[in-house]
Amino acid sequence: MTILFAVFLLSLLVIIAVAIIRAENLFVALMLTTIFSLLMATNFFILDAADVALTEAAIGAGITTVIFLGALALTSEHEKPFVAVPWLALPVVAVTAALLIFASFDNPRLGDPEAPIHQHVVPWYLEQTPKLVDIPNVVTAILGSFRAFDTLGEVFVIFAACIGVLFLLSARKPSETRCTAPASVGLSQHLIPKVAGRFILPFIILFGFYVQFHGDFGPGGGFQAGAIVATGLILFALLEGEERALRAFPRWIMMAMAAGGALLYALVGVAGIAMGGKFLDYSVLSSDPIAGQHLGILLIEAGVGITVCGSLLLIFHAFAARESF
Amino acid sequence: MELLGYYNYWVFAVVLCLGLYTVITRNNLIKKLLGLSIFQSAVFLLYITMDKVDGGTAPIIQKGVSDPIFSNPLPQVLILTAIVVGVSTTALGLAIVVRIKESYGSIEEDDILARDSEL
Amino acid sequence: MNQVLDVLSWVLLSCGGFFILVGGIGALRMPSFYTRMHAASVTDTMASFLVIGGLILQAGWSLATVKLVAIILFLMLTSPTSSYAVANAALLSGMKPDTKFKANKGGRES
Repeated sequence: MTILFAVFLLSLLVIIAVAIIRAENLFVALMLTTIFSLLMATNFFILDAADVALTEAAIGAGITTVIFLGALALTSEHEKPFVAVPWLALPVVAVTAALLIFASFDNPRLGDPEAPIHQHVVPWYLEQTPKLVDIPNVVTAILGSFRAFDTLGEVFVIFAACIGVLFLLSARKPSETRCTAPASVGLSQHLIPKVAGRFILPFIILFGFYVQFHGDFGPGGGFQAGAIVATGLILFALLEGEERALRAFPRWIMMAMAAGGALLYALVGVAGIAMGGKFLDYSVLSSDPIAGQHLGILLIEAGVGITVCGSLLLIFHAFAARESF
Repeated sequence: MELLGYYNYWVFAVVLCLGLYTVITRNNLIKKLLGLSIFQSAVFLLYITMDKVDGGTAPIIQKGVSDPIFSNPLPQVLILTAIVVGVSTTALGLAIVVRIKESYGSIEEDDILARDSEL
Repeated sequence: MNQVLDVLSWVLLSCGGFFILVGGIGALRMPSFYTRMHAASVTDTMASFLVIGGLILQAGWSLATVKLVAIILFLMLTSPTSSYAVANAALLSGMKPDTKFKANKGGRES
């Protein structure tokens, strides 16, 4: 039964991908990409990856769309009509697809418990998580504790990408004086979105905090929570207009968040060294190793959430503010 | 029924190549980035396909369940972070596209090349 | 009692599925933008409420029920808002509602 559902969803995925390529209006293509992301999240959920599904729904369908919309507003919505017949590209791509499908028969079948990937280090993780870290969500345990160094790298990649966006979009042409843009008022002229948005906003933020602090016990964690809180604050900016949003939540706070979260993460690692352990070894943070692990994971998840939230907000505002000059 | 076990891999292959095709053939830079994100999603699908175990559940340990089967948490960790990194890098790409539009007045690759050869 | 609840929940689920189908057909077949939107709005009000109602009956008294009720409340707020936003955007971009009743059948949008 589940496999039929999965086959249906996966087929839809291919259809939507074709539709994205064929759409000449970029706005339409973008909306289809959002649907693609939501379908992908559903597929992840069917494949037992609840954490990944939550992330894909919050980021792929939410934040990515908003950032693409910001870029579309600054460029153009229409693609030039496509004339050249891709005589070279089509065979190359078709042969690649055929080879990949041919190779797929050497892969282990979906759900095969004997597949090599399930034999190597993962049984150890599943066995040791209750003993060493003692939190129910094994994904969070691996993310935050066993492979925390990886995650530190990812957080710094996000931070670096955010700095890159700021470098690219904050610069202005020296000749142009900043013209006073018409005060952006957002959607405050529209009653229905305003009322509904204001009502939902606190719940979105609350849900973000729930995902942040419930991440040890269920699907969730810093990456998802940061994205959800950022979505809430972006909604506020859309409702009230850029100017009021920046007055309520100024840019320096976002910058402090983006840098501070990554710093907090690294400092937890350094604290581990200072207290006689290894880098990012939380067991020494408290007299009881398991309590130390809990404290360490709580802190680094907070660091991840703060950085992700701050970076995504900075990226959004970089695109949104570009319009006005 | 046995063949349906490979369906995920086929969808991965087709979606990956659709993304690749978009990146190669389209001239519009934003369309290229959309193609790139489709490509990326296909890779995510491949990883998450590998994590499934028959009869398994999401890897969240519940007390009182004897002898549980869990799906593989490791690919999930990798992809979870990859999604967030993916959006940051996409944003970086879009920022570059916006700057190209401001300097060249177009986001079509052939227009940009034509402008470049004029100089 | 359980049997009754089960049957009732399946009735709700099937009705929900039917309305989704109707909404989908309507969104494809209706002649103009506003009528298409009208048809599609069946899916995110009636159909989703019926489906979630059926799921609540399946879940019984548990945490899942609370979550499903929260989803219903969320949908009640967001789906009218999104319909409003779409219709408003269409109106602003210059799409006028077709007020004249067209007698000829089968005529697609001109």
